[in-house]
Amino acid sequence: MTARMDTRFADLKAEGRPALVTYFMGGDPDYETALAIMKALPGAGADVIELGMPFSDPMADGPAIQKAGRRALDGGQTLEKTLLMAKAFRENDDETPIVLMGYYNPIHSFGVERFLDAALDAGIDGLIVVDLPPEMDVELCNPAVEKGINFIRLATPTTDDKRLPAVLANTSGFVYYVSMTGITGSAIVDTDKVEAAVKRIKGHTDLPICVGFGVKTAEHARIIGRAADGVVVGTAIVNQIAGSLDADGRASADTVESVATMVRGLASGIAAARLAQAG
Amino acid sequence: MNEPLKPNSFRSGPDEDGLFGIFGGRFVAETLMPLILELQEAWEWAKGDAGFRAELEHLNAHYTGRPSPLYFAERLTEELGGAKIYFKRDELNHTGSHKINNCLGQILLARKMGKTRIIAETGAGQHGVASATLAARFGLPCVIYMGATDVERQAPNVFRMRLLGAEVKPVSAGHGTLKDAMNEALRDWVTNVDSTYYMIGTAAGPHPYPELVREFQSVIGREAREQIMAAEGKLPDMLVAAVGGGSNAIGLFHPFLDDPDVAMVGVEAGGKGLEGEEHCASLTAGRPGVLHGNRTYLLQDDDGQIKEGHSISAGLDYPGIGPEHSWLKESGRVEYVPILDREAVDAFQLLTRTEGIIPALEPAHALAEVVKRAPTMGRDKIIVMNLCGRGDKDVQSVANYLGMEV
Repeated sequence: MTARMDTRFADLKAEGRPALVTYFMGGDPDYETALAIMKALPGAGADVIELGMPFSDPMADGPAIQKAGRRALDGGQTLEKTLLMAKAFRENDDETPIVLMGYYNPIHSFGVERFLDAALDAGIDGLIVVDLPPEMDVELCNPAVEKGINFIRLATPTTDDKRLPAVLANTSGFVYYVSMTGITGSAIVDTDKVEAAVKRIKGHTDLPICVGFGVKTAEHARIIGRAADGVVVGTAIVNQIAGSLDADGRASADTVESVATMVRGLASGIAAARLAQAG
Repeated sequence: MNEPLKPNSFRSGPDEDGLFGIFGGRFVAETLMPLILELQEAWEWAKGDAGFRAELEHLNAHYTGRPSPLYFAERLTEELGGAKIYFKRDELNHTGSHKINNCLGQILLARKMGKTRIIAETGAGQHGVASATLAARFGLPCVIYMGATDVERQAPNVFRMRLLGAEVKPVSAGHGTLKDAMNEALRDWVTNVDSTYYMIGTAAGPHPYPELVREFQSVIGREAREQIMAAEGKLPDMLVAAVGGGSNAIGLFHPFLDDPDVAMVGVEAGGKGLEGEEHCASLTAGRPGVLHGNRTYLLQDDDGQIKEGHSISAGLDYPGIGPEHSWLKESGRVEYVPILDREAVDAFQLLTRTEGIIPALEPAHALAEVVKRAPTMGRDKIIVMNLCGRGDKDVQSVANYLGMEV
């Protein structure tokens, strides 16, 4: 496996705080702006970057990420350009893990082998592909793991103890716990249930557990971060981008900085997670 | 020599992973996976349970009105001057199309699984009406997702669904057609996974949907087989059916797949022509990809983004196709051809005037292919076409197309 992911989570463990995992859509609202946002994320406090691969039919996403994908595609984003973007980011940052997140068809269309080679070349550390459950591991998960790219699985409230071993079997990097049955951007979760679920999954694996779906504010990040090894924020960042655009949907002078400001706020919540617990 | 290979069957799929060759599978989010496995268990139970079968047969007979007639279209046969044309008249079913065959089977499964809420997607509204009808019959709340464009062009069906007590939710994402409605139904399902049964309307989606929808629709082909033997004492030479997602076609074809002398033609929506973007001919003009839970032929661009299709028929307006059809195409067992909007409207008018039957625009596509084929075949040959829906819902669309006022 690429070392960046394991190194990052080991360092954070030593530091005694959870990871801030930030999602945004590759190419939203355009290639250059999205690349500038990506470059600004680590400095603002993002520990892991999830880079969205836009897809025309995002079945697991709510309206915010649907629209972000549409903006990116309308701006001419393709899977090839998303990989290029990661590669451009790597020129100045060889430490922040990058996880590509999206749906299978663009990868299927690109060709699995060709995609994995390009992903390695671009410095990708992991993949999250929503519509590939363990039953379909032969498609992409197994070839990815063979090439040394982490395949990060989603575990959900419907993944019971009986099913959990199958879900964890070929997972590496971290486990992404989906805090609710629902789509991205839904309302905040029952945090007690999330804590219980994280503990349940920890009984089955030593991998870090990151929690996403419904985490919108620094306060959410602080609360979720008490139990989890990482907190994923996506829709809130995507909404921040959307809110910064001009009337024609183009990036404004403020777009990159407004995202960075928001991420700094989330990072402060993350930093407070374990302090609060200690106190 | 070693033992001879077992005779090849076209009727044995899918395998235990839900695959027809490379097509099909279970490409769904983890949240849905346990439910898909639970559905599979319920389906395995249903296949072996005499009580389930008996209840389905009873409702098919007394609620839907099966068997549907196999009708010899004498005037049309004379008009075309070739093969004898028979219609399998599933447009006479309760609710006006073949869709109810599938919905009946699925609602019995939903009840078995203890689900208390039904959701469905619909294009032309025929599946939505059938779903709403059975939700009413079984006393379950029902939400129908329908593309905003389709809500507009299929207004009578929208009203019918509402009368039946269903909530119709227009979907404006994308171009507001069937694919977008299916995305939204999947989003609802993933959110309400505990209570909700997703009644997929065509022989597509994650395994086991393509198989179970096919089995519930195969009543069409089983009846047609008996009926043509009774009428003609032999099997037909050709079967013709429209394919959108492909459920009426697979229902007619499947019981005949291992009869090598029965040719089969699936008719796709050629829209305004395959040279442009405005068609829905996934098998003729698409390539394999993954969408809505299965690998199948899809209309997609070079980047794997799914295209919006076009057809005058809302029921064929889907950029994918059931996975078994993709396999039947690649294996060469079934031939798939496109028919243009214009040809379908011509056939619609022809049938109306020669036989006094107003067909839905979906089977009007199949009929347009029959119009091409029948004259090239001998008078001793037999074509069975699936007349899978009635055209009341399409009167406005046809009037618009012809520039006439209703």
